[in-house]
Amino acid sequence: MNRHVIRDIVTTRLAATVLTALLLPAQAPAQTSTRMPAPALPPLLPPSQLSGPLAGSWPTYNGDYSGRRYSTLRLIDKNNVAHLTLAWTARVDDQHEAGAGPGGAVTTVGGEGTGDFPTGNPSVRGTVLEVGGILYITSTDNAWALDGRDGRELWHYFWKTRGGTHIGNRGGALWNDSLLFETPDDYLVSLDARTGNENWHVQIASLDEDYFSTMAPVVVGDHVLVAASNDSDAPGFLQSFDPRTGKLQWRRYMVPMTKDDPALETWPSLDAARHGGGNPWTPGAYDPETGYYITGTGNPTPSYTGVARPGDNLYTCSLVAVKVSTGEIVWHYQTSPHDTHDWDSAQTPILFDAVINGRPRKLVATAARNGYFFVLDRVTGEHLLTARFGTTVNWAKGLRADGAPAADPGKSATIPGSLVSPTEGGVTNFQPNAFNPDTGLFYTHENTGYQVLYLTDPDPRGSMGLGGKRFALLGATGNAFEAIDYHTGKAAWRHVWPGRSGVGTGVLTTATGLVFTGDTNGNLVAMDAGDGAFLWHTRIGNISNPPETFLIDGRQYLLAAVGDTLYSFVLY
Amino acid sequence: MARPAMPTFLCWTVALGATLALAQAPAPATFPDQQRPAGDPAVIAHGRQLYAVNCKACHGGDLRGGDLGGPNLLRSQVVMSDQHGEAISQVVLKGRPDPQGGGPPMPAFPLSTADVHAIAEYIHGVLRDKQRQGAPPPGERQALNVLVGNAGAGRRYFKAHCAGCHSPGGDLRGIATRAADAGALQDAWVAGRPPVAPGGNPYAIHTDPKTPPTTVTVTLGDGTRVHGRLQRVDDFIVSLYADSGGYLSFIRDGRPGVRAVDIDDPMAAHRHLLGALTDPDMHDVTAYLATLK
Repeated sequence: MNRHVIRDIVTTRLAATVLTALLLPAQAPAQTSTRMPAPALPPLLPPSQLSGPLAGSWPTYNGDYSGRRYSTLRLIDKNNVAHLTLAWTARVDDQHEAGAGPGGAVTTVGGEGTGDFPTGNPSVRGTVLEVGGILYITSTDNAWALDGRDGRELWHYFWKTRGGTHIGNRGGALWNDSLLFETPDDYLVSLDARTGNENWHVQIASLDEDYFSTMAPVVVGDHVLVAASNDSDAPGFLQSFDPRTGKLQWRRYMVPMTKDDPALETWPSLDAARHGGGNPWTPGAYDPETGYYITGTGNPTPSYTGVARPGDNLYTCSLVAVKVSTGEIVWHYQTSPHDTHDWDSAQTPILFDAVINGRPRKLVATAARNGYFFVLDRVTGEHLLTARFGTTVNWAKGLRADGAPAADPGKSATIPGSLVSPTEGGVTNFQPNAFNPDTGLFYTHENTGYQVLYLTDPDPRGSMGLGGKRFALLGATGNAFEAIDYHTGKAAWRHVWPGRSGVGTGVLTTATGLVFTGDTNGNLVAMDAGDGAFLWHTRIGNISNPPETFLIDGRQYLLAAVGDTLYSFVLY
Repeated sequence: MARPAMPTFLCWTVALGATLALAQAPAPATFPDQQRPAGDPAVIAHGRQLYAVNCKACHGGDLRGGDLGGPNLLRSQVVMSDQHGEAISQVVLKGRPDPQGGGPPMPAFPLSTADVHAIAEYIHGVLRDKQRQGAPPPGERQALNVLVGNAGAGRRYFKAHCAGCHSPGGDLRGIATRAADAGALQDAWVAGRPPVAPGGNPYAIHTDPKTPPTTVTVTLGDGTRVHGRLQRVDDFIVSLYADSGGYLSFIRDGRPGVRAVDIDDPMAAHRHLLGALTDPDMHDVTAYLATLK
């Protein structure tokens, strides 16, 4: 199809129904009188297409439901990766006014705010979706469609915000012809993915209660799963909306909200539980065989003053399997019982199948922010392995009988200070990891920072939110990248980044034995998945989103973003 | 308020001494739509009195919950969502026979509309002082004793582990008086950087201009060695300001141009210390250094 036609038509601000005009000749006057009968365009991305392995397109946050970020494309391999070439760069612009913008594309404006205050330059900190040669990009308060062949902007949508923490947006989700994304002021917005016109928006959490929203929604059939974040003492929840209408289907809290919840015995009181956090704010994985959405949950609150909430504090800092049809929690496994360091377990879990102890298993693995690596049976939640992968981690004294780390109370915030690794940011964070079934290795960055952590509010009621503490950052001893063998939890190889400053970005791996990531020094690098040898790099700056790959016109592209600028590499 | 604007999952950038987060454009503290206009001071003062008489015993003088079991109002969803008393008044006037969060029942308070409104305005006035990331309003500054260590034991540890580079009569002379407090002193010596001075930002990270720079020796393929101040190193390049003058950089991608890169970091001992130091030893050394006035 001719994308210039789309642009011209959108310029006339016609309704989405005028997509019929896609079949018009390029220079046809864009007037309603020229409407032709609507051709039955096939939907851009029917949800039924989401269950397969990652191949030609990149249709979801992790490419596919497994969270592996393992591409089966084979055009870029170890022998030719050094010949990757820049195809194009494009800078996204967050024009606030409706109408034509500097890139030639048209901006549509929505939102409930006044739109008259700055929100900073746009920064692409989430996954870009690629379907049918078109890229769908988000940042806080913005969405764009670009032509994947040359980076030309097709449309832009700007959301006038009411507020909320503007820390980042992790991407959108496609459902048929709709692009769905969250805003910092807690709305789920549905756009017509072909035009950028708004279909609807619904509130998904309360801005007054300090929620803010960053997560890339996850589409499963006729459900779109969303969550929010909150640094105050508020309950975390996962919600399912109807992707057609925006109607709420169910809300599942991740802390006990009623007296009859069996998890209440892990809290001192219902009031503590109802302010206990646990937001599942990172996109999870989905297992089509069981219908379970498997997600990590956030830390308990108040974050640093656990005196307010003795007990394990379920279902915070856990891997949780939720039945998508009903919202029921099927199983849970807590990776940080009673966390007191703001180390939530909201890391993207990864699903794969393997033989463990002679028995074929359906597995889920996660490299948690607390520095421990876990493998579970994803059907039953049975714990199979815990291993410490953070080499500097010092906050736990071994493992409990259930395999969870046994926290050392002396390494919580104390009045005279405790020397703790990692820092608040954790050994890992939201940046998605990768798993390569050919090597059997799980790829993750490892942060090695230290802090002195002080308790500044010894009130026996605890503090609130992230209050009541002070930390002094002491620097890191050598941030690294490592490939974990899931049989043992030990690193098959580990590379320390020189320079000791900075944090790496998310990871991509391929069926041709490659690993792509952003290093801690502003390089986009390709490594041999087997041994970590460097095969290619380019210094484009501090990469702000995980690298991804897809096929357009038979060519394999590699895409990464640095702030507001996208870099697209290709093998000609 | 000295705390930098660091949303919880941005902290990893700063946490590693990186400048990434510091380079972020400073966002407004709150957005206009989230800024609740200050209430009428006279109404708030009236509300404070009413609160003290009717509410304080259960909800606490600081609104964070009291001895009689009333919940923390500063994190209450009813309070946070209330705009002008419409939700708070429902609870005050009708009571809570069966509180959602458990706890003892709350009786109804038959107050006038104006009085309930004043209480709501007072509560919202306190809520306005809530700090970032859900932290409570700053209360009275408490004196907390960081100096729990044994100075004698700290002196022994210092002699064994630190005296190779530092001396109490030399670089550390008067260190205790240069630090804002015992915590600042402890942060500084463990990290190996100057302490935050009295009145300074406790989260600021200073570097000591007297710290010798990290140097590097690059051995080239023909055996030539170049030495100088390290400017930057990653897996693909090393650059330096050479002792002989001038900026030099070398690609280190496996080709024969660079044979070896040897970095001499004068702070390596402090980084090694991070993985070896116990909390009791840390507290002892801090207690010892606190005597260097």
